[in-house]
Amino acid sequence: MKARVYVTLKRGVLDPQGKAVCGSLHQLGYREVTDVRVGKYMDVTLGGLPRQEAEKRLRAMCEKLLANTVIEDFRFEIQED
Amino acid sequence: MKFGIVVFPGSNCDHDVYHVVKHLLGQEASFLWHKDTSLAGIDCVVLPGGFAHGDYLRCGAIARFSPIMKSVEEFAAQGGMVFGICNGFQVLTEAGLLPGALVRNAGLQYICRDIYLRVERQTTPYTSRLKAGTVLKIPIGHGEGCYYAPEEVLRALEEKHQVVFRYCDAAGQVNAESNPNGSLRAIAGICNERGNVLGMMPHPDRCAEEILGNAQGRKIFESIMHAWQQARRTRI
Repeated sequence: MKARVYVTLKRGVLDPQGKAVCGSLHQLGYREVTDVRVGKYMDVTLGGLPRQEAEKRLRAMCEKLLANTVIEDFRFEIQED
Repeated sequence: MKFGIVVFPGSNCDHDVYHVVKHLLGQEASFLWHKDTSLAGIDCVVLPGGFAHGDYLRCGAIARFSPIMKSVEEFAAQGGMVFGICNGFQVLTEAGLLPGALVRNAGLQYICRDIYLRVERQTTPYTSRLKAGTVLKIPIGHGEGCYYAPEEVLRALEEKHQVVFRYCDAAGQVNAESNPNGSLRAIAGICNERGNVLGMMPHPDRCAEEILGNAQGRKIFESIMHAWQQARRTRI
């Protein structure tokens, strides 16, 4: 079983990296771009768990370690093998 | 007085702190490997600067689960002094011992230079020898030092006087130009409600003797010693 975990900065948290990318896109002529936020994703491979249990444990992993919920939001998708 | 300096894989200012407390202030100091769990005999725990666990995932995110951190949390809960400098401050926020988070500098670049900071409060063990309003020149060296917390947390920090250091100019004025990294409310250092846990991004350990051209950081370490001696006197 694979899970793709997405971690993104909460709205309101300054994202200077996203701003720089946005500025660069503007320079390339993509004037339609109004904002860019940079996040990250992690592919987590796990085994031997029923889907419901995996979801529960993934949520705990995100809250404890994978995301800092002071500044970040998270979501994940589970892909069965 | 005995200082315990936590060494994570990737800490790089552990020896700077050791040098200051042992050789300049003549106090006892010992290194505590991050897998140790005993803080027996320690009066002040220092989480030094560096890149603990490579700063992987987020600065301090992995270090906060090192075995010693459980003991540090208990020590803090009992009122023990816990002092996080730079990466140590990041570890303290990740551990939830201090509120908020330290995110990428607003200008994206790693900044290594002297800045000024204003002492906002004398009534902490870390500033006991510094009057409120004192301006200190101390270097910073970080890429993720922009202090962030939600508005309600910022308000609570101000109400409870937990902002201990703010970035300012040489005259002590807080303004956009003197804020090196975009920290909200120009926050350079905060303490917990009780005042025994403090985190700051600037490095007093890098400017504690004249041979380095600046000894102003020494006052923070002297404050810690002074506070400890005062507390001891009242206990006896």
